[in-house]
Amino acid sequence: MEKEVAETFDVKVIRKENYAIIRTEGYVNNLGGEKISEEVDRLISERISKFILNFEKSNIVNSIGISILIEVIEKLVDIGGKIYFCNLTKTISKTFFIMGLTQYAEIFATEEEAEKSIVV
Amino acid sequence: MNLKHQENEIELVVPLLPDIELMATRTVSAIAEYMSFETDKIEDLKLALIEACINAFEHSKAKDNKLYLKFIMQENRLTVIIKDNGLGFDSGYLENSEIVRKKRPENKRGWGLMLIKNLMDEVHIESNSGGTTLIMTKIK
Repeated sequence: MEKEVAETFDVKVIRKENYAIIRTEGYVNNLGGEKISEEVDRLISERISKFILNFEKSNIVNSIGISILIEVIEKLVDIGGKIYFCNLTKTISKTFFIMGLTQYAEIFATEEEAEKSIVV
Repeated sequence: MNLKHQENEIELVVPLLPDIELMATRTVSAIAEYMSFETDKIEDLKLALIEACINAFEHSKAKDNKLYLKFIMQENRLTVIIKDNGLGFDSGYLENSEIVRKKRPENKRGWGLMLIKNLMDEVHIESNSGGTTLIMTKIK
């Protein structure tokens, strides 16, 4: 029963010259949030401080997962880094706004638009 | 509530299992699609239900380890009732947005209710030592 219901969560990291794209897949709950956090920590240790988080394949989140993303954003703010979100559903965008993520992170419609913003 | 409304109710009893809230979202999604809700409103309903379930799972400490969901379909509105037989809590605490701060583990319930209130059109919560009932409505 548990295996049938529980969703797997995965990330794919594409490393660019001075930033990284993290494409998520699955439910961004506490486990999903922690997985993203771990990937960001690993990349910070490799001197990457700007990240594009592509949620195209993550259309379900919860407040615990988002709370972990807030901690990631705070960590990046401390080191002069930033997160750029893209491919969010309207509901997730609205949720990010309510929870205050948009004060420190930008939201773009597509990964390409987010990349342009970083490069400029 | 009249008989016609009672005929349009769907009930679901959910055991407390990891990620079981996703199963509940599939149910509410199917019902909202049946009622011809717009996609964005269905997404709002799904997230609100996730938060309601998580709150109950994390805080109710219900001895029966279950959550009782009722979906009431009316012409232009869908009401979801989420009930647990847990310990209940002080709902006045949750009303205070100054107290309910973002990310601390003990305050996750506060975020949940705040999100539910923003995602739904009507929200009502009752809690006492016999459990908690959250009633939330989305209008088409």
